[in-house]
Amino acid sequence: MHQGRSVFIVDGSRTPFLRAAGKPGPFAAADLAVSAGRSLLSRQSFEPEELDEVVIGCVGPDADEANIGRVVSLRLGCGQGTPAWTVQRNCASGMQAVDTAATNIAFGRSDLVLAGGTEAMSHAPLFYSDDMVNWLADFNRAKSASARLKAMSKLRPGHLKPVISLLKGLKDPIVGLSMGQTAEKVAHRFNISREQMDTFALESHRRLAAAIDEGRLAAEIDPLFDTKGNAYENDNGLRRDSDMEKLARLRPIFDRDVGNVTAGNSSQITDGAAMLILASEDAVKKHNLEVMGRIVDTQWAGLDPAQMGLGPVHSSTPVLKRQGLALDDVDYWELNEAFAAQVLGCVEAWKSAAYCRDELELDGALGELDRDRLNVDGGAVSIGHPVGASGARIILHLLHVLKENNANRGIATICIGGGQGGTVLLERAA
Amino acid sequence: MSESTNNPSTTAERNPALDKATGLLNWRIEPEKSSPGIYWLILDRAGASQNSLSEEVVKELDKAIDIVVELNAKGIILRSGKPGSFIVGADVSEFADVPGEKEALEYIREAHRIFARLEDLAAPVVAMIQGHCLGGGLELALACRYRVCADDDATRLGFPEVMLGIHPGFGGTVRSIETIGAAKAMEMMLTGRNMRARAARRSGLVDMAVAPRHLTRAALKLIQSGKPRRVAKGAAAAANYPGARHALAKVMRDKTSKRASKSHYPAPFSLIDLWVEHGGDREEMFEAEAQSVARLITSDTSRGLVKVFFLQEQLKDLGKNTGADGAPKVERVHVIGAGVMGGDIAAWCAAQGLEVTIQDRAPEALARVVSRAHKLFSRRLKDPMRITAAMDRFMPDAAGNGIARADVVIEAIFENIEAKQGLFRDVEPRLKPGAVLATNTSSIPLETLSEALARPERLVGLHFFNPVAKMQLVEIVASEQTAQVEIDRAAAFAHQISRLPVPVNSSPGFLVNRILMPYLMEAVELLDEGVPGPAIDKAATEFGMPMGPITLADTVGLDICLSVAKNLGEAFGDEVPVRLIEKVEAGDLGKKTGRGFYEWKKGKPVKGRVDKSSSIPEDMEDRMILRFVNEAVACLREGVVADTELLDGGVIFGTGFAPFRGGPMNYIRDEGVRDLRERLEELAKRYGDRFEPDLGWDTLDDRLFE
Repeated sequence: MHQGRSVFIVDGSRTPFLRAAGKPGPFAAADLAVSAGRSLLSRQSFEPEELDEVVIGCVGPDADEANIGRVVSLRLGCGQGTPAWTVQRNCASGMQAVDTAATNIAFGRSDLVLAGGTEAMSHAPLFYSDDMVNWLADFNRAKSASARLKAMSKLRPGHLKPVISLLKGLKDPIVGLSMGQTAEKVAHRFNISREQMDTFALESHRRLAAAIDEGRLAAEIDPLFDTKGNAYENDNGLRRDSDMEKLARLRPIFDRDVGNVTAGNSSQITDGAAMLILASEDAVKKHNLEVMGRIVDTQWAGLDPAQMGLGPVHSSTPVLKRQGLALDDVDYWELNEAFAAQVLGCVEAWKSAAYCRDELELDGALGELDRDRLNVDGGAVSIGHPVGASGARIILHLLHVLKENNANRGIATICIGGGQGGTVLLERAA
Repeated sequence: MSESTNNPSTTAERNPALDKATGLLNWRIEPEKSSPGIYWLILDRAGASQNSLSEEVVKELDKAIDIVVELNAKGIILRSGKPGSFIVGADVSEFADVPGEKEALEYIREAHRIFARLEDLAAPVVAMIQGHCLGGGLELALACRYRVCADDDATRLGFPEVMLGIHPGFGGTVRSIETIGAAKAMEMMLTGRNMRARAARRSGLVDMAVAPRHLTRAALKLIQSGKPRRVAKGAAAAANYPGARHALAKVMRDKTSKRASKSHYPAPFSLIDLWVEHGGDREEMFEAEAQSVARLITSDTSRGLVKVFFLQEQLKDLGKNTGADGAPKVERVHVIGAGVMGGDIAAWCAAQGLEVTIQDRAPEALARVVSRAHKLFSRRLKDPMRITAAMDRFMPDAAGNGIARADVVIEAIFENIEAKQGLFRDVEPRLKPGAVLATNTSSIPLETLSEALARPERLVGLHFFNPVAKMQLVEIVASEQTAQVEIDRAAAFAHQISRLPVPVNSSPGFLVNRILMPYLMEAVELLDEGVPGPAIDKAATEFGMPMGPITLADTVGLDICLSVAKNLGEAFGDEVPVRLIEKVEAGDLGKKTGRGFYEWKKGKPVKGRVDKSSSIPEDMEDRMILRFVNEAVACLREGVVADTELLDGGVIFGTGFAPFRGGPMNYIRDEGVRDLRERLEELAKRYGDRFEPDLGWDTLDDRLFE
């Protein structure tokens, strides 16, 4: 539970999430954060220089974006005197940025913080293999013509095969499973069928389509403009023409041939950023800020990396216990959709008396998380999952959902590659 | 501890020759403390904020050289005593005082002698350059053995002489070719284009380009290097061989003719001739350079261009010295309307370092504008870091969040009274206190627009011209109500973004469109009479217009011409040519639709050959130009602008009116008031009332020669 001062979220903005199209997209990670950030800052009653700190979550900034938080802060005109840094907790980096900002406000170190996450997954680099790097080093050392010729003769076609950093990043180095395979494991444990996963995925797209059509995302998205004359107004991963038949035709890509997790029921490789402004009570008064919500509680949890998708169960349960809340006492849930299988797995885990007893130290099953309260406007399966940004996006969106429905309490929670979960409990009423 | 205790022998070591330097008004000579025997030769022109080479400065250099010789200097560093600027060129204000070719020649030969003395000094001389090093300044630097320049944003090296109708005359033609080769040197001198520090180092124009903090160390290093003066080698030098000279000269003449006609702008052609004929002989070329410049500087072309130079300075001063002095600089600009004008104004402001928000309801319009802005930034700023910074400063803002934060808000939506008034009603209460509220309207009286405002006195016109990045002029439009402080601040803003402000009254068409339109309409009339478009255009360009009127109309867009013509027609009763209306109704709007008066292919008009049999009236030039001039007289009489200078400046920088003629008022002065008036009356007899001399001709003598 938060000790210290109250922490408020006063405003936020995100970019549309852009599906990676097999080559680097039009925006680098810093471009995305700057675009969302400058729209957000332009509507504030304070100057960017008045921020006490900028914290940005990002898993893989470009090589020229080291400490991307500082790059973004300076490009946004927050001034040389405003410190800025970058946090990394894999898929929860954006949520970590918010938690860090909140901690510093609660502790009294900051009053006004810009926090968020950004990721340009389409920009993830290709590397030379170790064999190639070694060969290059040998070649450069060869001075005489004959030595060079000899070095040349050792070059093999296989040396030129690039290492795809994105795939490396999405594979757990401890248990040796790709993220998709961890979802397969969760599905197997709770007996979740292909049809259940596809149904969930289809519903995610349907909900996102409705949210876009009813203009419910307009308040949180500021459009992106590239240098070629294109405007991006909405998340472009949405497939309106998707149906069960089409989803059923897709082949499993992680446990090939025999598995159930497909590209259709997984989150999408995406570029995007989400930014929030957090404020202390003093700052709210000083700048006359309108409050969107208060951060009531946060929790991080660790579990078996091979079942990382169940992270939200492990981080949310302690919050519910501490706050004395049942699942239904939380008006709306944003549980990040890394994989349909993994979200369904979380629901099953709380329904399972055995799981709740053995893994969560509860007396029995916690209950069933109501699908009507869960990811009401779709999730990462349809919107996309730019890993550094998603944690901030679900917090931002949850605040809009609470407002839209005149509800009070919400939880944003996310599973984290490497076997962790993160949860933020928000309330609108101050 | 005082300095004298630190260095007790200062006075004892002082060389008596140094005391002679105190007799110089513009030069200082100081010992370099770190290295005995090395002296600073500092140009710090008396009574000026920047260094220019006046006759006095040049002649004092002779004495300064005497002193360094007497000092037995082992090395000399020549630098400017003005912060951030080296030498901006010759003193242009002295050009007008040159009595004749003979006197000019004498002076130039004297300058050659003095520069040669500097060049021949036994001790190495380094020019240490930071900021502008232009024209005569660069020639002086080239007479030094070495050059080092600051690698910063402000440093520029170049030969802008052609813009004043001359070419380098202090030995610059000889030494630049020797140093960097004929191809590069001639291009610099023919185009007047500046070089930045790194380009100057790459070309060999300077020996080193270093961070400003390293300048002195670099200069000392060059002195100690003992290296000979740098000369062009290999291919760069080969361009100066006789055969190559002739071949290259042909290319240069062709290229130059495309930009300027020889009859109006002789200087670049004289420069090419000079090089071809004398490029092989150093001494001969010095003498030929002197004779050529002496001839050019006393020509009408040069005098007209010098006048334009001063008009430009005058307009700059208008923005500099306003009642808005001391007001904080503009940091944020908000532009409403992402059309071509709005977008280009916004992009220009961002390129000039301002934070810009641009508002439009249509995301496609914002997207187009962002892409155009990116092109502008890439072209102008070049460095990727600066392009990114400009893109970050340029923010599409559909919600109009920028209004509440902007120092200047510019409305640039479509020309509709209700729409604009509605917008102003919405915007005014959201403005931050003291913000400038401006409109870019070209046809709606400000009085009408400001009816929508609680404080009508705050509305001012900032009328930009298309393309914004090229057209330097901005009309600062005032209604009867507009407060003087708003006019001043608008002018100061124009100056801040490197545009030239001309204050005008809010009468229909303001100044530029008002004067341009009768000329364009007369051209359309000629078309109607069966004169081929290319012949009409040719008559205008031969007069000295940068572009013929038919091409201009197509480029501006016939729809825009028609709307301005109608607007002016309503106000002044001129008829709009049927041919123009028909074209617009047919959807042939000019360049943008691929067809107007001309067919347009790949952005260029297809003109074809003029049929010899077509009748070309002899008075064609007068018909167009005198309508232009007559309207200018009307504007002066009505007080659309305050005086003849502003009128000439506004018209030259707003329409490109034959710069070497120094503007329409200067043209009248040169041609004679009575003569032109008679020609107008003659035309009126032949073609009707539209040529009737304006009432203003009656009092023109007083205004022109006051």
